[in-house]
Amino acid sequence: MEDTAFQSYETERAREFKDYILEVDGVYVSFGGVKALQNVGFSVYTGEIFSIIGPNGAGKTSMLNVISGFYKASSGTIKFDGNDRTTASPERVASMGFARTFQNIALFKGMSTLDNIMTGRIVKVKNNFLKEALYFPARNQEVAQREFVERIIDFLEIQSIRKTPVGKLPYGLQKRVELGRALAMEPKILLLDEPMAGMNLEEKEDMARFVLDVNDEFGTTVVLIEHDMGVVMDISDHVVVLDHGERIAYGVPDEVRTNKDVIRAYLGEQ
Amino acid sequence: MKLDPKLDTFPKLLFNRKLLTPDQAAIREKDFGIWQTWTWTEVADEVRLLACALAASGFQRGDKLAIVGDNRPRLYWGMAAAQSLGGIPVPLYQDSVAQEMEYVINHADIRFALVEDQEQVDKLLEISRSCPKLEYIFFDDPRGLRHYSIDKLQSYEQLAEIGQRFDKENPDYFMTELNKGAGSDISVILYTSGTTGHPKGVILTFENILVTVINSIEFDKLTDKEQCMAYLPMAWVGDHIFSYAQSYVAGFCVSCPESAQTVMHDMQEIGPTYFFSPPRIFENILTTVLVRMEDASWIKRKMFDYFINVAKRCGVQILQKESVGIVDRALYAIGNLLVYGPLKNTMGFSRLRVAYTAGEAIGPEIFQFFRSLGINVKQLYGQTEASVYITVQTDNDVRADTCGIPFPDVDVKISEAGEVLYKSPGVFQSYYKNPEATLQTRSSDGWVSTGDAGYFDDTGHLKIIDRVKDVGRLTDGTLFAPKFLENKLKFFPQIREAVTFGDERDYAGAFINIDLDAVSNWAERNNVSYASYQELAANPQVYAMIRNCIEQTNADLAKDSEIAGSQIKRFLILHKELDADDGELTRTRKVRRRIISERFDSLISALYSQSDRGYIENEVTFEDGRKGMMSADLEIQDVQTFDHMQKVS
Repeated sequence: MEDTAFQSYETERAREFKDYILEVDGVYVSFGGVKALQNVGFSVYTGEIFSIIGPNGAGKTSMLNVISGFYKASSGTIKFDGNDRTTASPERVASMGFARTFQNIALFKGMSTLDNIMTGRIVKVKNNFLKEALYFPARNQEVAQREFVERIIDFLEIQSIRKTPVGKLPYGLQKRVELGRALAMEPKILLLDEPMAGMNLEEKEDMARFVLDVNDEFGTTVVLIEHDMGVVMDISDHVVVLDHGERIAYGVPDEVRTNKDVIRAYLGEQ
Repeated sequence: MKLDPKLDTFPKLLFNRKLLTPDQAAIREKDFGIWQTWTWTEVADEVRLLACALAASGFQRGDKLAIVGDNRPRLYWGMAAAQSLGGIPVPLYQDSVAQEMEYVINHADIRFALVEDQEQVDKLLEISRSCPKLEYIFFDDPRGLRHYSIDKLQSYEQLAEIGQRFDKENPDYFMTELNKGAGSDISVILYTSGTTGHPKGVILTFENILVTVINSIEFDKLTDKEQCMAYLPMAWVGDHIFSYAQSYVAGFCVSCPESAQTVMHDMQEIGPTYFFSPPRIFENILTTVLVRMEDASWIKRKMFDYFINVAKRCGVQILQKESVGIVDRALYAIGNLLVYGPLKNTMGFSRLRVAYTAGEAIGPEIFQFFRSLGINVKQLYGQTEASVYITVQTDNDVRADTCGIPFPDVDVKISEAGEVLYKSPGVFQSYYKNPEATLQTRSSDGWVSTGDAGYFDDTGHLKIIDRVKDVGRLTDGTLFAPKFLENKLKFFPQIREAVTFGDERDYAGAFINIDLDAVSNWAERNNVSYASYQELAANPQVYAMIRNCIEQTNADLAKDSEIAGSQIKRFLILHKELDADDGELTRTRKVRRRIISERFDSLISALYSQSDRGYIENEVTFEDGRKGMMSADLEIQDVQTFDHMQKVS
């Protein structure tokens, strides 16, 4: 075949990572007698897509809740940008640059898409109560925040539902709005709890595309929990696998895929 | 208005606009929720930069620039930029799959492409190995393309920079090239989607388009105050004439919607005065209105029903300034206040002065619905090969079942076989690199065959029945015009698509595609549960509903002696939507009969057997291009037919 101008297209871009943004070490969480997490540790590089996977009840969401400050680890440390933040409250964690979505969508159903995403901007609003009561400062603030939100709407291609109350939207779109709200916080780390659960193939592919684009365009580090192995292996840089609250594998997708323990956890004993 | 020899190309017209109305809005686009506007001066400057950048990349006279994407100002500017340098824009259908694009790109010898976004870039890169002539790809929206480090893949911003530098170094280049253009040059090559075989590249010159456009502007008294939406595929001749050519000649502003999904909403904000659409859009609008009315409160529903009946009775007469009784006139005025006005506002038709439907025959009921609301929708009959216009309806002489009278400067005649032929200044030069097809379509004395069967009625209006090759007869000799039947069926909001069979058969039969919006809405209100399109389509209650629609159609057909015999006797509801990706529809969503009869062969046999079920298994293409097998066992039902009732004289 003749050479064309676009031969170089097929070379995969290599991804190199330097610093850790999040270090989880020896974390234990238990509810009464139930040990949800036992001695779990892993590290997330700045700028990567990192996945936490595992079968039902493996402790994935518990792990995410620990990272986002909803649960307190009974022992172990969590470092963010090298600083210990194990005991920080959810609000504190949010203002540090963590944003998350929920497994069972937590949006304001009666509010429009635009307003829902706008709520994500609250952490970025600098005005105080007094300033908000005055016309010009309030207006300028509103314009600036709205512009940012419009960029997100454009990015997620949800212009057509800008004014629609989210309660009326189909599930797949609600998930996208929730992602939009998380993005509005301009997070350093985006925590996604099963962003593709309950979606059909097309919606899953769209969502995977958006996750990659977020990572690509904004350089946001993404930590996601997922049930669907196929999608995870395609888009993740590193994967940690949990089962019964314990780490059973950790590494790049290809290593994890062939790991005997992982196969056993997913498929049962042979 | 005559074609001015000094203004015989679009770039020349553009720079003339810059002199005439420098600060008037030329084009708008909704972006980030706000309408962004460019004046004629700004457009002229952008086109100049873009053209200079093309020149810097080695774009020569006669080179072709592929344009792929939704309606975006920058893509329209790309057309003018290529034309300024004596190049030829070739717009492609943006939803074509890569393989379809490959054919056109190779056939048209395309070296340069200006595309909208990553989706289109990926498609072109995918086929770049088999398109050795393609050298440069330029893109508008950089999202997702940051890491594509390929030399000859450049963003619009990079282009603007290159253009600026080139313009500074060669300040006279652009205007010299622009002035070299002549009216007899090729203006554009438009690939027709074609119901059979490969698409054909229709070559139109500036003169072809400009003479036609100047006539059309006089015909409808268009001014630079019009507002118009650019939302149809740029590869379609309709969009090229209405959103590009007419705008440059008349100087009116064109608005590009934010995305394909927001067109209706954006249209409401713009309030176009001039509107062009295939019947499908009007059908969709009507379906949406009817569906939403079913969800409305009791009092609104009553009001709607009552006043729509008033409009049916006298709306069209009032629009055509005929005499109407004082009571009806008063009722219509009240209706306008309570129903028609608000309805027109939601549809974005409040300011509409002239609207055209073309591309296919519109169902008479749909047509009259819009006219009865006081919306001046007219029919137009045209082709890419004619630079659109062949026949058109004048303002006060509009009827649902005709296509109007020949357009100024167009001669129309009917061949002995009943085919419509025409001759006009807008007639295309040839099909690109396809002299046989050119000869087949255009005779040596300049008459072009349309492939449509039609006749002139007593008032001189052209009536199109169907494609010449599609009009058939049942075995008993009754006339069978499939499209006519299908349009009647498609008026029902529950029916999205219908395909009828009957040529050389004993009776007419139909495949039905339900309209998912309308039927799922009905299912929700009636507590009918379903998991998929396929399951909903097979639901017995849905079958009963569709049978009822067909019976109403049959009752209607029974009134007309010519076609009473072609009433539909048997039908089935298809398990999948007919789709352009499976080749069942053209990209402009016309039914491809030959392919459908091949793909659904077993179902057609079942339709003409005694059996009440039919089995089908075939390959389908998903949106991401993957293929899979789909099978279904479908029910076939009989429908009641009616005797033709003689009118008592």
